[in-house]
Amino acid sequence: MLNGTEDEEKWLAEGIAGIQHNAFYMHRALDSNNLREALKYSAQMLSELRTSKLSPHKYYELYMRAFNELKRLELFFKDDSKHDVSVVDLYELVQHAGNILPRLYLLCTVGSIYIKSKEAPAKEVLKDLVEMCRGVQHPIRGLFLRSYLAQISRDKLPDIGSEYEGSVDSYDSDMVLSSSSDADTVMDAVDFVLQNFTEMNKLWVRMQHQLKPSIAISGLQGPGGVREKREKDRSELQDLVGKNLHVLSQIEGVDLEMYKETVLPRVLEQVVNCKDDLAQYYLMDCIIQVFPDEYHLQTLERLLGACPQLQPTVDAKTVLSRLMDRLSNYAASGADVLPEFLQVEAFSKLSNAIGKVIQAQVDMPAVGAITLYVSLLTFTLRVHPDRLDHVDQVLGACVKKLSNIPKLEDSRAMKQVVALLSAPLEKYNDIVTALTLSNYPRVMDHLDIGTNKLMAMVIIQSIMKNNSCISTADKVEVLFELIKGLIKDIDGADVDELDEEDFKEEQNSVARLIHMLYNDEPEEMLKIICIVRKHTMVGGPKRLPFTVSSLVFSALRLLRQLQGQEGDIVGEEASMTPNKIFQLLTQIIESLSAVPSPELALRLYLQCAESARFLMKQAANGCDIEHVAYEFFTQAFVLYEEEIADSKAQVTAIHLIIGTLQRMNVFGYSARLLKKADQCRAVYACSHLFWVDDQDGIKDGERVLLCLKRALRIANAAQQMANVARGSGGPVSLFVEILNKYIYFFEKGNKQITSSAIQGLIELINTEMQSDSTNSDSVADAFIASTLRYIQFQKQKGGVVGEKFESVKL
Amino acid sequence: MSDEDLKNILGGFYMITSIVVMRGSDGKSKSKFQFHQYNRRFVSPLRFYNIFDTHVLHAPQSLDSGFHQSIMNYLVGAFKPPCNIFVSFADGRSRKQVPLKKENGKTVMAALFQSQESIVGEVVIEPVHRKKVEHNGVKIELLGQIELYFDRGNFYDFTSLVRELDIPGELYERKTYPFEFSTVEMPYESYNGVNVRLRYILKVTISRNYVSNIVEYQEFVAVIDELYIQFSNSKQADGKVRNYTPTPSINNSIKMEVGIEDCLHIEFEYSKSKYHLKDVIIGKIYFLLVRIKLKNMELEIRRRESTGSGPNTYVETETLTKFELMDGAPVRGESIPIRLFLSPYELTPTYQNINNKFSVKYYLNLVLVDEEDRRYFKQQEITMYRLLETS
Repeated sequence: MLNGTEDEEKWLAEGIAGIQHNAFYMHRALDSNNLREALKYSAQMLSELRTSKLSPHKYYELYMRAFNELKRLELFFKDDSKHDVSVVDLYELVQHAGNILPRLYLLCTVGSIYIKSKEAPAKEVLKDLVEMCRGVQHPIRGLFLRSYLAQISRDKLPDIGSEYEGSVDSYDSDMVLSSSSDADTVMDAVDFVLQNFTEMNKLWVRMQHQLKPSIAISGLQGPGGVREKREKDRSELQDLVGKNLHVLSQIEGVDLEMYKETVLPRVLEQVVNCKDDLAQYYLMDCIIQVFPDEYHLQTLERLLGACPQLQPTVDAKTVLSRLMDRLSNYAASGADVLPEFLQVEAFSKLSNAIGKVIQAQVDMPAVGAITLYVSLLTFTLRVHPDRLDHVDQVLGACVKKLSNIPKLEDSRAMKQVVALLSAPLEKYNDIVTALTLSNYPRVMDHLDIGTNKLMAMVIIQSIMKNNSCISTADKVEVLFELIKGLIKDIDGADVDELDEEDFKEEQNSVARLIHMLYNDEPEEMLKIICIVRKHTMVGGPKRLPFTVSSLVFSALRLLRQLQGQEGDIVGEEASMTPNKIFQLLTQIIESLSAVPSPELALRLYLQCAESARFLMKQAANGCDIEHVAYEFFTQAFVLYEEEIADSKAQVTAIHLIIGTLQRMNVFGYSARLLKKADQCRAVYACSHLFWVDDQDGIKDGERVLLCLKRALRIANAAQQMANVARGSGGPVSLFVEILNKYIYFFEKGNKQITSSAIQGLIELINTEMQSDSTNSDSVADAFIASTLRYIQFQKQKGGVVGEKFESVKL
Repeated sequence: MSDEDLKNILGGFYMITSIVVMRGSDGKSKSKFQFHQYNRRFVSPLRFYNIFDTHVLHAPQSLDSGFHQSIMNYLVGAFKPPCNIFVSFADGRSRKQVPLKKENGKTVMAALFQSQESIVGEVVIEPVHRKKVEHNGVKIELLGQIELYFDRGNFYDFTSLVRELDIPGELYERKTYPFEFSTVEMPYESYNGVNVRLRYILKVTISRNYVSNIVEYQEFVAVIDELYIQFSNSKQADGKVRNYTPTPSINNSIKMEVGIEDCLHIEFEYSKSKYHLKDVIIGKIYFLLVRIKLKNMELEIRRRESTGSGPNTYVETETLTKFELMDGAPVRGESIPIRLFLSPYELTPTYQNINNKFSVKYYLNLVLVDEEDRRYFKQQEITMYRLLETS
């Protein structure tokens, strides 16, 4: 089988060779001022354009070569000193050519000179040319011929201010052109271009039905291939047709009035009547692009009226979208144009048109409809930023459309919905405005889970970016309704699929969002907190750790705020006591137990306790608060003891607890709080952390000693506290326990633990035991006794360990 | 000639098969495409692509005629004529000259005369080398003759006028004889066709004893400006008074609806039925129904020359031009304009039964060619007439 493309190349090369050959002889004739020969060879040259074998693309190449040659010929024709033939005669002479295509090319060429010579009114010549071109009915050849006509006539239209306007027919009436009495007007120019446009469009549309594709299609390709090829061929020619509209838009004399009354109706008539989807789409787009925005605005009704009449397969949405985009940009170009929009009720017209188009095009995919709504929304946001009802209306329409579709599967449609929802956010820079749109959440409901989340993120980011503060409970309620995709699992969501990092980011965002909710009015703030709590509590174990802390801090802030205002609200604020808030806090933190996230809970408890302390310092009813604070600590310890298993975590926890406690110096009832003994134990327990009895474990003797010393100090303090409180010595057993630790590390070979230290400690214990003889603790006694026994035993055992203990005297 | 061109001609063999009479609405004439089988012989091998070439108007001269001529030349060369004869017209310099095709195929310029004009001039006889030429008298004849090629040797003189120039005697030196034929009635125009020739000649004869006469011919061309008068039956009483409004009094347009049922319906219109030689054919073709894939459409000008009468009638049809009207396939509702300038073609007026010997008629043939090169056509007779040349 022959390769189609190769063949085509060959044909093109032959055509070019033919043109060059004849052009050579034509040039020779031109140089020798031989008109007859020039006509002969130019006609032969143009005969190369009669080929049917080339695709539009290749044909264009051929055409351009002929076109360049015709320019030379035109120069020759123009200079009548070279050929002594008047332009009128020349106009006849070229019509003697037997083949129509060369004849018409030559006629157009001479016609342009004819107009320039002003020997006949431009409109008569133009009319004649555009009529005669009917003879070429072959789509490609006709299109190129007519585009040549358009090209050469462009600068010769009787436009306002052009030299061809109003030229009175002072020429001798000849047999070709009938004379007319009235002068040329812009109307003639418009008529001419419109007619040429109409004919070209007809030819272009006809290509779809008449022509075989330019390149032979192999049997393997189905009818789809043929169609595709044909559409490709056609789209290569579209600009030839569209050029006419461009020319129309360039005519000075086409003012709004004329555009409205003549140009647009006739163009639209052609567009609608041609019943070809490709043409309709291209031409509508062309109209929108080439004519000025203000014209569109003033003729909106008519332009939009054509849209529902287009073929169902036309991509009307893109057309409308482009129109709205253009109008939006126009509106944005200056405030002074906005009244125009109001005057013509642009929004309602567009809105109606979209409705109709969607109705008319049943098969339009959801994405199309939504794209339209996005454009409309963008439009209304730009033009009527103050009309929230318009925005809501658009969203409402979209909801209506979406509700007819069971489930939005198309990812592109999703994207468009996101765009739809994002637009108001971007415009108003304020989620608060969006929250007043009743249809906003309803649109969101139609998103799939992933997109919903994405959208929620967009909302949150918008809030963050603009630092907007949501200050009423109602709005918070709506907001959380919007972002519910983030704060709870939605049925059917595939949890396993979640990307851990994304999830974290989402939840962090939610947490940040909670901080943005703020109201100076404590009561309202409390409501907000309650609402947030209500929503976050359903979030499940994975989300709670993120949200709860934010919530807690938010509540704590409220507390402080309450504190600051306490002076003036004490009386009336019966419902709003700090206690209530603390209760709330407790409940919130408790919810973490389900997670379980003891560390976090612990920290939060401590934070609460810290806040309580702060409050207590200033509050009159400090006792209550202290009670509360104590409760928090209790909770924290319960957690510490029951839940925190990991030793690292334990250490951290203990440090936190200790840190907090240290600031709790106001606790008079320390015994009731954390026992010094426990503290002490904690500290000496810590020492183990720095001495792991292992081959390559940490052996930081210094820190061990530090811990032990600190434990000793605490024990000492405890002892003294006991003395103050009860007038008697405290727990000697603490010292004994510390001694045991000393011995342990001593045995393990910690160089920092010296025998003298052990010696000193034993002596200290003995002193304490003696001074506290009154109520001796039998347990402690037994404990010290057994410890001493152990030392004794080690001594006797001898060996390395025994030697070590030698220096310890009992 | 390109392949495509050849196809066009070969396509002529196709026969149009199904042709049905169309119902014409209202008073329009009803017609149908004609049954015609193109005979290749009738299709002139015109170069369709290049109309700027001169068209072959005449069939090649027959072999005999050329042969005859060459023999004559040979004889003349062998026995040098004893004298040269020149014929010239009195207003030869100012008189319009038109091209005239000679028998040997060469084109020469010849003087143009109108009917009723006086033909005045002189004959110069110049003996060669001052040789004495004896003669039985010199005369000049004005002959109007019709020559039918298939009837070789037979000349029909419809006009014969004689003027004696000299009485019998001897010629020694150059001698000039003026002559005049006043107000010559020339009923027919000169015509050079495929099978017939009508010409006007001046024949100078020097009669001699024993040896052959010396003869010289001078051909000229006659035209009749207001030839249409023959048709309108308003013969001028006084030939000198010319009719300056030569437009035919009745000149209807030709309008017709034709077609093949359910395939092709067209309506065509030519603005006039009578055209002068430099006229323009204006018209349009309107497509009412198109169900066949047309490729192009052309308008042919055809000349039909019929000679002889009865069983000996010879009809020769020539296609003078093929003028492409449309390229590509139209759809229903399209209207294609026609504008064909007649001036480039060497046409003659329509001749009706000239001296009972021949007729020349002209036809417009509208041909539609489909993608399989089938040709659908409809032929209409038009009347050609000569318009007074004001220049």
